[in-house]
Amino acid sequence: MSCALPAFAAASNAEPAPPFAVLMELTHRCPLRCPYCSNPVALDPASAELDTATWKRVLDEAADVGALQVHFSGGEPCVRKDLEELVAHATEVGLYSNLITSAVLLDQPRLERLQKAGLQHVQISLQDAESAGADRVGGFKGGHAKKLEVARAVVRQGLALTINAVLHRHNIDRVNDVIDLAMDLGAGRIEIANVQYYGWALANRAALMPSRDQLLAMDAAVRARLPELAGRIVVDYVVPDYYARRPKSCMGGWARRFMNVTPRGRVLPCHAAETIPGMQFETVHDRSLSDIWRDGPAFTRYRGTDWMPEPCQSCDRKEEDWGGCRCQALALAGSADATDPVCELSPAHADVAVLRDRDAAALGTDWTYRGA
Amino acid sequence: MNAIAPHVAETDRLRLAPGVMLRNDRRRDQWMLMGPERLLVLDEMALAIVRACVGPEIADVAAGIDRLTVEYDAPRTEVAADVLEMLTDLRNKGYVVT
Repeated sequence: MSCALPAFAAASNAEPAPPFAVLMELTHRCPLRCPYCSNPVALDPASAELDTATWKRVLDEAADVGALQVHFSGGEPCVRKDLEELVAHATEVGLYSNLITSAVLLDQPRLERLQKAGLQHVQISLQDAESAGADRVGGFKGGHAKKLEVARAVVRQGLALTINAVLHRHNIDRVNDVIDLAMDLGAGRIEIANVQYYGWALANRAALMPSRDQLLAMDAAVRARLPELAGRIVVDYVVPDYYARRPKSCMGGWARRFMNVTPRGRVLPCHAAETIPGMQFETVHDRSLSDIWRDGPAFTRYRGTDWMPEPCQSCDRKEEDWGGCRCQALALAGSADATDPVCELSPAHADVAVLRDRDAAALGTDWTYRGA
Repeated sequence: MNAIAPHVAETDRLRLAPGVMLRNDRRRDQWMLMGPERLLVLDEMALAIVRACVGPEIADVAAGIDRLTVEYDAPRTEVAADVLEMLTDLRNKGYVVT
């Protein structure tokens, strides 16, 4: 997730500044089966999902902890029949509502109900610029056409629309077509989201990794268009991790801006944090979001800079990138305590290039679709 | 697709983009523009510019600049330069649209 936000000043070390937003993964259920899904490989079943009353309490607590926005996400949040009720409750407690959706279950009447409940913004993922490729990646026939129809309805209703375009080996060459499509749909913003290799995407890395040539062509195409796009569409673009020289500021820093609540109610500093062994996660049944944010063991573990090893500790960028991504350090360097190996200062940086080039050369590798 | 000027002009009429709202956060004692998955904290000057220049009831950016010139008792050319620069930035970040 990219984010261009000011960090709120902390009142003191003991009391962290409040989070900007709470991500609520209402469900892991989804009609799409994208092989790069960021959900964990072990999905929460429908029977484990929090009920409406509990989600409403979590929304109350999100407002109490000082969050300003809520992201209704999943899985596909629209499989929840209580989505309108939850959006209305978020509005009631003063939270700004974003809906992060595949859009295939939406239609105009439901959009109208959601808008009436106070929804402000809809982010729709696209799997490609054209139907054949998009429907193959999503594993859902007719999905692409449906998304375009819903995207137009979103704009027609005066809601903000963001297109989230996920790029990988099979569609990265069409980045210009995706940008054109987003503009044609009337999106105010496009996220050019190169696949991040967590969850299902990590398992499918050899089937998705673009080549260096593909990456360079995409990067040049996007950068060449940025001046022309200024003032017409906001472009959130981040160089894909495995080709970067410095790490991204993952989540804007661990436990600095976001809280994530899983379908079963686990409270995480980021959606992939459950992959880190030895972490203790509390649930919304244990303590309030305010308590968990303040001193929950998973939140304090990598908050700030005290935990950092060298070369991070003496790096002048340590409060810009916050040491990169803990989950990626785990996946690539074998330890979540390590410097993110995407950083060229990491001793494991050379290994990233080896993995990347090996996977990029593994053409013809089939992906495994995300489970249901 | 329509071409767009590189900078906001005095003759433009600006409004908040879809999904963007001006809000005061009491806990942080800050004014901000809240938008899709983002927000922008406004200092006193930025807030004055948004209030003077953005909204359906405002004739155009020039009218806002006139008002700010009087309110802040400053040379109009200087006010106009600062205002247009900030509004162009807000437009490029997607907070306001023409």
